Amino acid sequence: MLGYTKLAILGLAVVVAAVAAGLARDLSYMIHALVFMLSAAIAFIWLIRRVGEPAPVVDPNTYMDGPVRYGVIATAFWGVVGFLVGVVIAFQLAFPYLNFEWAQGFMNFGRLRPLHTSAVIFAFGGNALIATAFYVVQRTSAARLWGGSLAWFVFWGYQVFILLAATGYVTGSTQGNEYAEPEWLADLWLTIVWVAFLAIYMGTLIKRREPHIYVANWFYLAFIVTVAMLHIINNVQIPVSFLGSTSIPVWSGVQSAMIQWWYGHNAVGFFLTAGFLGMMYYFIPKQAERPVYSYKLSIMHFWALIFLYIWAGPHHLHYTALPDWAQTLGMTFSIMLWMPSWGGMINGLMTLSGAWDKLRTDPIIRMMVVAVGFYGMATFEGPMMSIKAVNSLSHYTDWTIGHVHSGALGWNGMITFGALYYLVPKLWQREGLYSLRLVSWHFWLATIGIVLYAASMWVTGIMEGLMWREVDAQGFLVNSFADTVAAKFPMYVVRGLGGTLFLAGAIIMCYNLWKTVTSTAERKPASAGAAVPAE
Amino acid sequence: METYTLLRAFADSWHLLFMFCFFIGVFLYILRPSGKKVHRDTANMIFRNDDKPAAPDNRERQARHADLREAK
Repeated sequence: MLGYTKLAILGLAVVVAAVAAGLARDLSYMIHALVFMLSAAIAFIWLIRRVGEPAPVVDPNTYMDGPVRYGVIATAFWGVVGFLVGVVIAFQLAFPYLNFEWAQGFMNFGRLRPLHTSAVIFAFGGNALIATAFYVVQRTSAARLWGGSLAWFVFWGYQVFILLAATGYVTGSTQGNEYAEPEWLADLWLTIVWVAFLAIYMGTLIKRREPHIYVANWFYLAFIVTVAMLHIINNVQIPVSFLGSTSIPVWSGVQSAMIQWWYGHNAVGFFLTAGFLGMMYYFIPKQAERPVYSYKLSIMHFWALIFLYIWAGPHHLHYTALPDWAQTLGMTFSIMLWMPSWGGMINGLMTLSGAWDKLRTDPIIRMMVVAVGFYGMATFEGPMMSIKAVNSLSHYTDWTIGHVHSGALGWNGMITFGALYYLVPKLWQREGLYSLRLVSWHFWLATIGIVLYAASMWVTGIMEGLMWREVDAQGFLVNSFADTVAAKFPMYVVRGLGGTLFLAGAIIMCYNLWKTVTSTAERKPASAGAAVPAE
Repeated sequence: METYTLLRAFADSWHLLFMFCFFIGVFLYILRPSGKKVHRDTANMIFRNDDKPAAPDNRERQARHADLREAK
């Protein structure tokens, strides 16, 4: 009966989406309707081919790792796509003629930039978070995922959202809010997927077979709940037409700006920090084979982080129409955030105390430790940049871009790579990775890439900040804006090279993971350093 | 009194006090002496159940063990 209900709903969805595509008022909406139509049609055909088959027997005494495996593949795929688009737009900035005339309106910098940010944050990071959340919550709850095939809906539904967002960006459908660009239709779809994600997570925690909820789950849960709240409040928009992609925001003026950056900074705080800290608190102890340095400190880290982060958003709006007290509040809480961040960093690093030799032998641990190191550096730099006096120099410059990337490439990227290297042999029942040498190559390419990126952005950011404020003896500005653009050229090339190295590392990782799965189970890791002890 | 002023006054007085006390309370609770064993046990929990879920009554059994340990 349930099967037929599903078929009826999917069939109806195909028809409605087809009609909507036909009546669409703009290109983006038509593409989105077609994406919905095709997704529903594929699901319909998949289901109808299985009508009458006996329901597969699910052993409740196993973990549900199918969606995690798919999530790992999607993470690696979207990672390479996102990094590639990043490299392209980095070179578009250095060499403007790469904004080809024939591709104007689709592949110029303005269209590709949100594609890059969303691809790395939501497609790469989001898939990594969903996959690891499903993996970690099962292991730490000692229970199979709640909700049966709902987890598959979350995985595929999230990929549909990514397609909606990506096609919307290149065809120019945007709300104009940073990191919240998708229009109302994609927003509504994400809300449905996210509620299902939350239900699975809560359901698994409730039926857990361990008395306590391990700290990683707290971070993951904070990430899921807060992102739901942020997403809904920042996307209160009224569609102009149900057959068009544009919508009108309900908030306006400085309220709109404040809500956008309350959203924007907490997307960093809860998507890119809390969720990834969930990864840190599970995968680092597992890879190091020692419990976290201080469990008490990890709980303090959690409470202090969620209490303080939520107030830090106004530091994006220094010296704007936002009331002064709100700016000062944002700055103060940003500085206070330094404490829990460094508490967490110390906790992650000290987990290795007594096992520091692993840094020499295990490149995966090295990757995770560098990730935590970058977490510490980025969470020192951020509070410093939120100080109004510093911000008057750094705001609107490339320093901000450098800061974001030392967090995103260094912290989010490296901890995700570490988690992928940990997960793939486990999920595909391999004895170990195909090659630890290739992990080392990935590690060094990525690290050198980040260093080139961050260093060039510091130089160019501080330089342009100083050039913008330079006045002569009469009080006239010395430099025009175009002067700063010309002066930044060499640093832009270096940044592009750094990104290329990071991308090359990620491609090596994909090859290594591919060979890990396809090479036989008997294969021993290439380097004996971190191999299992001889039987 | 207009709503903004009312909410603003409440937010930066009683609610601020409440959040501050809650925050301090959480820290004091984390540092409670009896939490030591619970925390040690929970920190090591990730090394169990790697390959398959635990038995259905595992939660009660584990909790009972913890009680016994605390009673000692």
